[in-house]
Amino acid sequence: MKKFINNNDDFLKESLTGFGKAHSDIINVNLDASFVSRKNKTKDGKVSLISGGGSGHEPMHGGFVGHGMLDAACPGFVFSAPTPDQMQAAAEHVDSGAGVLFIVKNYSGDIMNFEMGAEMYSGKNDSIITNDDVAVEDSTFTTGRRGVAATVLVEKIVGSLAEHSGSLEECKKLGEKVNKNAGTMGVAFTSCTVPAAGKPTFDIGDDEMEFGVGIHGEPGRKREKIQPSKTIVGNILEAILDNLKPEKNERNLLFVNGMGGTPLTELYLVYEDACQILQSKGIEVTKSLVGNYCTSLEMQGASITLLKCDDEILKHWDAPVHTAAMRWGM
Amino acid sequence: MSVSFLISQAKSVQKVIDENSAEIEVLDQKIGDGDHIFNIQRGLKLVVELEDAIKDLPLAKALNMIAMKVLSGIGGSSGALFGTFFMTMAKSSDLDKDVDFNKACEMIISGIKAMKERGKADVGEKTMMDVLLPVSEKLNELKNESEFKPGLNEVIKIAEERMLSTKDMLATKGRASFLGERAKGHIDPGARSSQLIIDTICKSVINN
Repeated sequence: MKKFINNNDDFLKESLTGFGKAHSDIINVNLDASFVSRKNKTKDGKVSLISGGGSGHEPMHGGFVGHGMLDAACPGFVFSAPTPDQMQAAAEHVDSGAGVLFIVKNYSGDIMNFEMGAEMYSGKNDSIITNDDVAVEDSTFTTGRRGVAATVLVEKIVGSLAEHSGSLEECKKLGEKVNKNAGTMGVAFTSCTVPAAGKPTFDIGDDEMEFGVGIHGEPGRKREKIQPSKTIVGNILEAILDNLKPEKNERNLLFVNGMGGTPLTELYLVYEDACQILQSKGIEVTKSLVGNYCTSLEMQGASITLLKCDDEILKHWDAPVHTAAMRWGM
Repeated sequence: MSVSFLISQAKSVQKVIDENSAEIEVLDQKIGDGDHIFNIQRGLKLVVELEDAIKDLPLAKALNMIAMKVLSGIGGSSGALFGTFFMTMAKSSDLDKDVDFNKACEMIISGIKAMKERGKADVGEKTMMDVLLPVSEKLNELKNESEFKPGLNEVIKIAEERMLSTKDMLATKGRASFLGERAKGHIDPGARSSQLIIDTICKSVINN
């Protein structure tokens, strides 16, 4: 294992501390019951959005704390759900009286811990569960589809509604709509290495790829020989379109997400391939996002997310945002 | 059941889990994301380290401290499930009186029931519940027997059989899935760690 690491026990703490210093203009990092929160207190009457999950997917979720997106994020150990006391402490810290909406990816550990956190928090709260991964219906450790890259889009779009005085119920409703309108599938060329394990999570040949991989390196649909980008992208889009069935001329957001170890050069190539294929099918790409947003440590690979957009979604997508990992309009 | 019993069991379980950690890690990497063994080891370490803080406390308070430590210190599914287990045990009535075998069984049974509700998993879904639920049923049969040691040998056997039975199960309930098929042929890591915990504690009770 070659990583920037001092000792395993301090890995997360040291990384979070650095994150806090690097972005001290917009966020604070709390280490005792760890959570990342906005530097400025949530304004009165604004619904607070809290997400979280295992670490190793950076910039998700801490990198999305700030104006127009999350109010707090709770990082667990690498690939392990955070604990209920983190959610409780974060909620108590950020709730300004309008309630808390927890945004949870559909993994059993995350669901259980967020459920317990919500039970322990006495204030008004509700949750939405993201499950955009069309690769598998049932994975090894979830019931139903996994929540992956579209969680970023949910956090951005609902974050804007909350900033524009959306109520807890309205925020939940919009989040569920975005989740339902989105489909994601990923491919991995290499494994990732969890620091505590010290060796790759799975073995994969130099000429192989895992089609439909999850964001922890857990298996997907099948192991295949590597193919030209156009073929891979075509197969991913076929799976997504089968599932989403967008109407011709419907407006869409195309999101190419890097898994951590694939250079942007390749991600833009994937974006170009995807645009051409979608265009040939009469599917309109209105908005774009390309980059490493929901990663799996150093894994090489990418996921593609398609989000069907209406006026409400587009308005909140374009609204100003200022976080460590996403910033426009301000 | 006493606080000193809990501490000594935690130490024995820690030793056995450490001895089998490589096997559990590989199982989880085959069908999961590889965090289970680290979570279990971290949890056991935290509980063993609680010794000085809890050794003179009443049982209910000690169980509660263990629950909070497990809940806040582990993370993942294991933290939520085992935290729920200890929290439920801590809420049992009459813990200030002597906790005999019958009472201990009832506490464990209610703890496992709460884990089932938290995890929403039943037998046959390739999880730790495949081991824990049948063990709980057996304890329910055994709890009123005056001579319970032979029964504990059966518990050990049930746990092992049920652990092995997860090998050929699909990963999740009902719905066929590509991944479900691919998960076949591997024992569930949570079932394996739970079986090792049960095996260690039962053997220790039988030999005392």
